Amino acid sequence: MREKIISVHNLVKKFGSFTANDNLNFEVFEGEIFGFLGANGAGKTTAIRILSGLSKPTSGEVSVAGFDAYRQTEQIKKNIGYMCQKFSLYEDLTVKENIVLYGGIYGMSKSLIRERLTELLEKLRFQEYENRIIADLPLGLRQKLAFSVAILHEPKIVFLDEPTGGVDPITRRQFWEMIYETAERGITVFVTTHYMDEAEYCDRISIMNEGRIVALDTPSKLKKQYNAATIEEVFIKIARPVN
Amino acid sequence: MQKVIESIGISKSFGATKALNDISFSVNESEVFGFIGPDGAGKTTLFRLITTLMLPNEGELKVFGMDCITHYKELRKNIGYMPGRFSLYQDLSVEENLKFYATVFGTTIEENYELISDIYSHIEPYKKRLAGNLSGGMKQKLALSCALIHKPKLLVLDEPTTGVDAVSRSEFWDMLGKLRKHNITIIVSTPYMDEAMRCDKVALIQSGKILAIDAPQKIRDGFNSKLFAVRSAEKYRLINALRNYQGILTAYPFGDSVHVTFLNDKLDNSVNDYLVNAGISDVIIEECEAGIEDRFLELMEKGDGNQVSGIRK
Amino acid sequence: MKRFIGFVKKEFLHIFRDYRTLFILFGIPAAQILIFGFAVSTDIKNAGVAILDMSNDEITQQLTDKIISSGFFKKTENLLHYNDIDRVFKKGKTKAVIIFEKDFGEKLVSEGKASLSIIADGSEPNTATLITNYTMAIVNDFTADFAGPSINNSIRIKPEVKMFYNPNLKSHFMFVPGVITLILILICALMTSVTITREKEFGTMEVLLVSPLRPIQIILGKVMPYFILSFINVILILALSWFVFGLPVKGSIVLLLAESMLYILMSLTLGILISTVSSNMQQAIFISLIGLMLPTVLLSGFIFPIENMPKIYDYVSMILPPRYFIVIIKNIMIKGTGILFIWKETLILIVMTLLFIGLSVKKFKIRLE
Repeated sequence: MREKIISVHNLVKKFGSFTANDNLNFEVFEGEIFGFLGANGAGKTTAIRILSGLSKPTSGEVSVAGFDAYRQTEQIKKNIGYMCQKFSLYEDLTVKENIVLYGGIYGMSKSLIRERLTELLEKLRFQEYENRIIADLPLGLRQKLAFSVAILHEPKIVFLDEPTGGVDPITRRQFWEMIYETAERGITVFVTTHYMDEAEYCDRISIMNEGRIVALDTPSKLKKQYNAATIEEVFIKIARPVN
Repeated sequence: MQKVIESIGISKSFGATKALNDISFSVNESEVFGFIGPDGAGKTTLFRLITTLMLPNEGELKVFGMDCITHYKELRKNIGYMPGRFSLYQDLSVEENLKFYATVFGTTIEENYELISDIYSHIEPYKKRLAGNLSGGMKQKLALSCALIHKPKLLVLDEPTTGVDAVSRSEFWDMLGKLRKHNITIIVSTPYMDEAMRCDKVALIQSGKILAIDAPQKIRDGFNSKLFAVRSAEKYRLINALRNYQGILTAYPFGDSVHVTFLNDKLDNSVNDYLVNAGISDVIIEECEAGIEDRFLELMEKGDGNQVSGIRK
Repeated sequence: MKRFIGFVKKEFLHIFRDYRTLFILFGIPAAQILIFGFAVSTDIKNAGVAILDMSNDEITQQLTDKIISSGFFKKTENLLHYNDIDRVFKKGKTKAVIIFEKDFGEKLVSEGKASLSIIADGSEPNTATLITNYTMAIVNDFTADFAGPSINNSIRIKPEVKMFYNPNLKSHFMFVPGVITLILILICALMTSVTITREKEFGTMEVLLVSPLRPIQIILGKVMPYFILSFINVILILALSWFVFGLPVKGSIVLLLAESMLYILMSLTLGILISTVSSNMQQAIFISLIGLMLPTVLLSGFIFPIENMPKIYDYVSMILPPRYFIVIIKNIMIKGTGILFIWKETLILIVMTLLFIGLSVKKFKIRLE
């Protein structure tokens, strides 16, 4: 039986009288690639902030990597990786400086950081860019690097918020191969995206609408259920944007 | 019929970076012309040249037959521009924004209302709401209404659907399609390949160069090889295995299948055995039609290897 | 601990890679020390003194020479009547008038007592106090010399001190007009400098450019609402000065309001000019607040009279608009002058305003590069 990395039970998050998350229930297992979809304003960002220890639920049970989302947010933060859409790396520092910095923040030893740095540079074929300033690198490379930095400390789970926004089709696919490889290593990947074809790369996906989860299953089962050829069709059938 | 936009050999550099390299194309009246390409391809730069907000370093660019450098004043009166970021006044209401742009262009909301009525009707119930409090999809609709309110001859939309969910994107393109009957020429930029099929003509652009320019169907049909879709439950192992197979030329993941071309340009049946040996079961291989993204990938591969990584030297 | 050090290292890197931060860190303190050191001076040098000599004898001549040759003063005029005093103060160059009574010398020799009046321009209380003190010291010195070696203390020159315009020597007669000058220019320049750069930062400027709007329309359109609202502001500030600080408006209120609106218009257009050279709001705020504040406070004659500074500062302060407005506002409020005495300063402000508008239109970027 695979370990539950995320366990969410009746999660409610309110801001004043507005309910951003309305009774969410789901689980994510070790090594899964879990796609978290929904229209803008559906409540995805709110839920992710709670799961990454950045805010607390109003009610319900939430545990991430075995830690409670109310009382153990600091441990959650230590055991996850996080990559937001853009700007996770310091633009005026070099590749190496960013890695060393984040390694330090994650509490990794100097030797471990050096080891991972060499590994990373080799894998991404970045060796000549070790001392280049981030601002000089194109978007695709930056995204790949940001992802690598987010999992530098081998966390149990990594949250990716629209990681492939705007990159070219080849880099997008390379990025997803990195995601696959990460999942194979046992790191759970929790990803949101607006590219509907990327939803198909996930093991399971959930679709949020107006604060609720309206679909949760494997991509192929959802397509069958809604008689759709693509996830985009499924999405258009069940998700309406909030005003 | 006069060309609305005519570009010959346009280049634009920022310091050492060449953002646009020898760009030539033309746009006809009432066309919906799409510029498809990733971030950094040069789409925004090109649109800024067309709207006279920047000057080209080389080449000739004419809009409505007028040179974009010398006749900028006249051109700026006749273009409806919707730049990349949401750029309407966040602290004014929907109605106030629309009224402002109408007045600036010397017209009223009522005068051209029928032009925007389809679009505006979605947001009219919220007309007193501050623009900053609208959702992404609503903001796009408001920006479009403001760009159209003075009935421009040319509508320039820079990534109007970026960051917006699939439903709103689809609605937005429906609205653009309906504008055709008003004789407005539209140029749009987008990173989403699927939106290319909604245009009359498309230019695929990458790293400042145009890779292809034609009707989307023709570009798609320009795909040079036989394409096959390979499916299996174990997606990651499938891709790796296919990549390592000698007889395969290219293998790209596409949603629930892997699009594959073979060296001999025909299905190599021994690939089945190879996959079974690799421990991958339930493999389905079918010939499939190439989409515009397949063609884009093919063109990118053909181009300069550096283009893919696009590193600034 | 490792995390902390790693973080500190990163902060150092950020600082060294940003030239602007380095400039602020090292450049500005150095500049400030230099300016402060030279500009701030509580000594008086070459203060203008006019002499009203009712007796015109040898002794008054000697005493006058002693006063003038002290190095602290310079003679501006010889007055003939009491009525001239108001006029000479209004001109502004004279800071004190020394009046010798009739038959000064005779009285001193025969009675051992003579009267001397020092009338100082109370609108600059600090300077006035200094001048009277210095003068009295010189007079005492003279008396001692005159009495000679004999221990005859009965020789006395009694200086009578009076403050013109500000009899109680209230310091806020100096401060409040200065503060009004400072606040108006800072706030107005800040407002308009931010409003244009904000459009640039938020992207709405792009859309405005691709429209029939001309730069002059955008510029004046931005100035207009602040101009109208500032009118209310001025009335509020003046009312507060009057009621709270008892600051009089001796001259014409209409003239005061008109000059204030001119100054405000100038400040608003200065803000626009700042915005044309700033690429973001941070820069605009920095230039308008910090860039304007220090020179205005130190070099405009607000607290430290310009006459007391090295000549070079006098030239520098000539490009500072507050220097002229302080003269205007003090003249109207405290001295009660009309336009005749301040037409030069008014003209300069008008020219500056037109210059700022012209430059702004010229520098207004009609393109994004």
